[in-house]
Order: sequence, then C-alpha cells, then structure tokens
Amino acid sequence: MLKFGIPLALFTLLGVFLFVGLFRDPSYVPSPLIGKQAPEFTLPSLQDANYPVASKELLGRPWVLNVWGTWCAGCRDEHDTLLAIARTNVVPMVGLNWKDDSAAAQQWLRTLGNPYSVVASDPEGRVAIDWGVYGAPETFLIGADGKVLFKHIAPMTMEVWTKEFLPRIQAASTGAAQTKG
Amino acid sequence: MLLQFPRFMRFVCLALLLGAAVPAFAVAYEKAFDDPAMQARYEHINRELRCLVCQNQTIADSNATLAQDLRREVREMLVAGKSDEEIRTFMIERYGDFVLYRPRMTVGNFLLWAAPVLLLLLGTFVGIRVIRKQTAQMKDEGPEAGQS
Repeated sequence: MLKFGIPLALFTLLGVFLFVGLFRDPSYVPSPLIGKQAPEFTLPSLQDANYPVASKELLGRPWVLNVWGTWCAGCRDEHDTLLAIARTNVVPMVGLNWKDDSAAAQQWLRTLGNPYSVVASDPEGRVAIDWGVYGAPETFLIGADGKVLFKHIAPMTMEVWTKEFLPRIQAASTGAAQTKG
Repeated sequence: MLLQFPRFMRFVCLALLLGAAVPAFAVAYEKAFDDPAMQARYEHINRELRCLVCQNQTIADSNATLAQDLRREVREMLVAGKSDEEIRTFMIERYGDFVLYRPRMTVGNFLLWAAPVLLLLLGTFVGIRVIRKQTAQMKDEGPEAGQS
C-alpha cells in the first residue's frame, strides 16, 4: 500500500501545484506596503490647486485611496462601481489623479460623476511611486491607524468590494472601537 | 556581372537585416550626467531595476512612463549623493523584491534554485535503495527457485 501510496501522493501534490499555477496572474506584483504605515503625502487638490490634500488629515478612520487617470481604460470600467460604492457612504474615498491632465480629469468627473470625497493631483507621479503604484486602476485600503490593510490591482468590482474591502473595514472599525472602550 | 549579383544581394540582405536589428539596441533613455562615472552608475542601476509595466524589461530598456519616472527618481537620488544600495532599498521598499532584475539570495529563492538538484539526489537515493532491495530479494529467492 505504502509502495504506491507515497508516489501517488507526491504526484497528486505536484498536480495540485501545477493546476493552481495555471490560474495565477504572473503580472500581479504583491505590495510590500501591506501592514506597513502608508506613505504620507500632501498634494494640491484637483478641483482647486490652492487647496492641499494631506493624508495626515485622514488619520483616525479607515479610508480608501483610488489611483486613476483619464488615460486609463480600466478606470472608465470601474467608474460606475466607484459611484455605487461612494453612495453607500461607508468610508471616504480619496482619488489620486495619476500623471494626468487636470482639465481632462475635471471634465471626466463632471460628465461621469464624482465618487471621491477629495481628489489629490499627482501629475509627476511622485506620490504614486511612494505608494508602489505600477498600473492604474489600483485601490488601497488604509486603516484608522494609517496602516495599509489591502491593495487591489485591477478595476474595482462589487464582488471585490464586498469580499475583500468591507470585511476588512468592519474588522478595522470594531478593532478601533474595542481599543477605545 | 551576373555571377556576382547573388553575392551583391547577400550584402544587401545582410545590410537590411542589420538595419532591422538596430531598434533593438536603441537604449531609450536620455543622457543624464556629464560626468562619465556618474553616467555609468546611472546606467548600471537602471539595468538592475525591473520595469513593472513591461515586466521582462529593465527600466533602462523601457520607455513606459513609469520607467521614465523611475529613471528620474534614480537620477535625482544620484544627484542627492545617495549610494547605489540606498537607491535599491528605496525601490524595494516601494515595489518589493520583484523590482530587482537579479533576484536576491533568500531562503525561499535558494530552495527554488536548489530544488532540482535536491530532487535528483532524492530520486537517486530512492532508486539505489529499491534496486538493492530487489537484488537482495532475488539472491534469497534464487537458490530456492532453482531447487524446486
């Protein structure tokens, strides 16, 4: 029994590894920022360049950072989902307008609707590099303590939002309530 | 003249092929430093960093906007007097080990690279044991089989 059992087990194990490998996305780069303090930034607001958007001001509650640009096709795909998420009003959604033309970006928000509480403008892409952004759209979840909890690289979907983001937001909120109480 | 034509054509073909190959060598990036030593460091670092958008290219080979931005960061850090190691650390902190075109020696990577050799050794070991066992069995059974 053992004579055939061990090779069979090894073969099955190898098969499982190869099978899982078939469905993994080789272009996905895991973020080294998860669990670490989110990089701080202060950038001009997209709507009013005189008004600064500072990440420090968001401390104390979970928030979402969505990296987008009008040149990015995936951002158009996820826009309606972002609007639907914004309507639920669970967390503030901050936009990072990445290497974009401000006029085009403002036009985009006027015609398609604005899901963001505030949009930071990053035309040179420096803050994006600090956050390890490599392909828009990317969406980060940041905890009340300023730590990066999760990163989604691809257009946002309702499925990803309910499966990955909402449970983490809830866990972060109850955790914060417990430490307060 | 007619006999020489194919030879001439050979040169034409060669010239065309070489011409077609040129864009592959075209390094996209701008000259950044007048000091040749700094320029050499700049080019060396760029060749060690992966472009994350076009993953089988280094940021020296790619003209993707992200590669341009990362080259700008490298250039500015060199001007600021950062060491090569500090620049590498800066990139790893943001993009992870994946940004290195030559992977670092870590326990995980070592196992990955050594796995074929280790598995071969294991296989040889198991093979030798099985063969020894069978030869021993055949020796034991041999005389009996002959007697009956």
